[in-house]
Amino acid sequence: MEGLWDFLRSLHDAYGINLVHFYDAFERGRLLRGMWTTLKLAALCVVLSVLIGIIGAWLQGSRFRVLKALVQGYIQFFRNTPPLVQMYFFYFALGPQMPRVENEFGIAQPILGSFAWAVISLSFFAGAFNVEIFRSGVEAVQKSTVEAADALGFNRWQIYSLVVFPLAVRVCLPALNNNLVNLIKTTTQAYAIAVPETLYVASQIWSDRINVFEMMVTLLTFYLLIVGIFVWIMTRVERSLRVPGFGQ
Amino acid sequence: MAAAWTPDQPIVSIRAVHKSFGAIEVLKGVSFDVRKGEVVCIIGPSGSGKSTLLRCINALVPINSGSITVEGQEVHDPALDKLELRKKVGMVFQSYNLFPHKTALENVMMAPIHVLKRPKSEVEALARRLIKKVRLEGKEDAYPGELSGGQQQRVAIARSLAMHPDIMLFDEVTAALDPETVKEVLVTIRELAEEGMTCMLVTHEMGFAREVGDHIYFTDRGVIVEHGPPETFFKQASDPRTRAFLSQIL
Amino acid sequence: MSVPGNNAALKVMTAAPAQGESGFLASTFTPKALGIALGLFASVALAGEAWAQLTTGGERLGILATLWKWTPLILLGPPHEVGGFALNVLVSFLAMAIGTASGLFLGLGQISRIGPVRSVSWAVTQFFRNSPWLVLLFFVMLLTPFQINIAGLSVPLPGWFKATVGLALPVMANVAEIVRGAVNSIPSSQWESAESLAFSRLQTIWRIILPQCVKRMVPPWMNWYAILTMSTPLISIVGVNDAMTLTQDALAAEQRTELLMPMYGMLLLFFFVYCYPIARWTIWLERKYAVRI
Repeated sequence: MEGLWDFLRSLHDAYGINLVHFYDAFERGRLLRGMWTTLKLAALCVVLSVLIGIIGAWLQGSRFRVLKALVQGYIQFFRNTPPLVQMYFFYFALGPQMPRVENEFGIAQPILGSFAWAVISLSFFAGAFNVEIFRSGVEAVQKSTVEAADALGFNRWQIYSLVVFPLAVRVCLPALNNNLVNLIKTTTQAYAIAVPETLYVASQIWSDRINVFEMMVTLLTFYLLIVGIFVWIMTRVERSLRVPGFGQ
Repeated sequence: MAAAWTPDQPIVSIRAVHKSFGAIEVLKGVSFDVRKGEVVCIIGPSGSGKSTLLRCINALVPINSGSITVEGQEVHDPALDKLELRKKVGMVFQSYNLFPHKTALENVMMAPIHVLKRPKSEVEALARRLIKKVRLEGKEDAYPGELSGGQQQRVAIARSLAMHPDIMLFDEVTAALDPETVKEVLVTIRELAEEGMTCMLVTHEMGFAREVGDHIYFTDRGVIVEHGPPETFFKQASDPRTRAFLSQIL
Repeated sequence: MSVPGNNAALKVMTAAPAQGESGFLASTFTPKALGIALGLFASVALAGEAWAQLTTGGERLGILATLWKWTPLILLGPPHEVGGFALNVLVSFLAMAIGTASGLFLGLGQISRIGPVRSVSWAVTQFFRNSPWLVLLFFVMLLTPFQINIAGLSVPLPGWFKATVGLALPVMANVAEIVRGAVNSIPSSQWESAESLAFSRLQTIWRIILPQCVKRMVPPWMNWYAILTMSTPLISIVGVNDAMTLTQDALAAEQRTELLMPMYGMLLLFFFVYCYPIARWTIWLERKYAVRI
């Protein structure tokens, strides 16, 4: 590794290309921690938003009109307001209302920090889109298939989990992947509430070291990489779920 | 609770059933009995209510008035355990309705495992036996998308049989098939009938009805116009509507 | 050999407008939509009001009065300049215009017959599609000069304009994808008949293919406008005086915790009232322009 760092240092001496965030241990550590935070944030949000989508789609099929109206209200609200403002609302407006606990220094701090609020806000945001996506997938399952399951004696939950959901997932996987990629990109907005994710840490580094352009290139490469890896994984998932004769 | 049912009583008893979808009345007072082991064929023009009637028998569709009892149990009793009813009454549909994401074997195994909670090994043995019975040995691991229409329909029959029903309902099961594959399905149903299964078929296959049926019912516009055993029904139909229908299709 | 017709996609595309849907206005300003908007605002304002009464004893201006006081600033910006929500809308229009124009050419570049043009267009599209919008915004804001010299005149580039360009970049990439998808969905028979009538490739594209594409491009294009509008608050992070910044300034000036929920709630309401009708309009257009096969 040392050889690589020396090479990068020489680039700076010769051409002025400042990649200090690689060869300086402190900056490198900051950057890697920021990237790790982004990965954690993205993973948690993806999982939670998918769960919210599944539950929301299930509730939308319920017989109670109040429940259906509540889910519709949730969807329309989160889909037609900016995710950044939602995040501010959660963190600055709702956050102070939460109870406070004492941290290890004996100072009272809110029970949920900026990372937690970012997860909550982004999960609800992406979850609203996921409910619509799962709902269209559920609607694409033929009524006759559901009727056959009903005739065999399956109860409503069994029909949903064993028949409808596996088929709906296969139909809506492309739209879902699209949405999750957007979610990963939207995690950068957590910058605004001081979550130490990659963009935030990068901005700290470029303020200290005045290497905005190099940081930008690194940042964009990083995000393109994680989006690319995610798309690759989801393509593999799509392929493994493929069933002959269905949806082709 | 219903009185204990004995096999000498009708296994399905339909009395004055009325069913409307919104403003359209589809069944206008249908009554008949089916005895155990009988093969009943229901024929008639489209829109006469045949498929609706079958769906009312296994409680897929509620009725507006009248009564349907299966083995002495009133089907449209709100306190009815639908699960118990579905164990007794199996249904096969026109559009096979196999689960596309499961293999043929898994399709047959799913209901006994999840609904009847039988152990997997026992169910797998049963499923393989049934697939062999419908002459699809070798196709256990094929997905529905890889099977022809007739093969899918036979898997659907095996799937319903896996629940060990007392009555099998067939809703125009050969209507979506081409003529060569129709035969293979009819052969399967005929074997079931010969083994003593009570069958109710909505069908257009007059030849099959004549050979295998014990009793034919002709419905038109929501009522049973005429019925009788095949020998008298096809040769000496008395009602003009029946004769008009028969002359069109025979 | 397949399961009887899994025609869900076909069904959606050929769906006629739902019964009773008279038109866009009637279907947008439904009681339900107005109910959601009012309910949102009312619940947040009432919660804040209740909290205020509990904590202050009421000698300061009530919540609703305070919101009313700040609304002109947040909607229109400081006097003598365009700011606030009006700036958000202006930025969204401009960014959409710039993005659409450039995206059109980028999309056509992707179907060019010249190999390098195709590859470069594809690369540019993928790059701007998959980059986070905020990073692109920072990129443009920090790395473009404060002013540029054209023919001896130094033209200052105001912050809001740079932010607009920053937002236009991902729009450009997504419009390029829409254009490419729409062009690819035109049956090849159209190209063949044009060719047999001796149209040049350029003429075919401009006179035959693109006019047919417009209808099917409108719903996804409007969808991206909605996404763009909801991304405009990002410009507050890079120092532009939009509705978000001004709301935060107002809260800083008032220094009252019970105002937090109502003021952020009001900002959410502004966006909701602007974006929800657009979303309904998009659905209405989608149904109207559904491709009938």
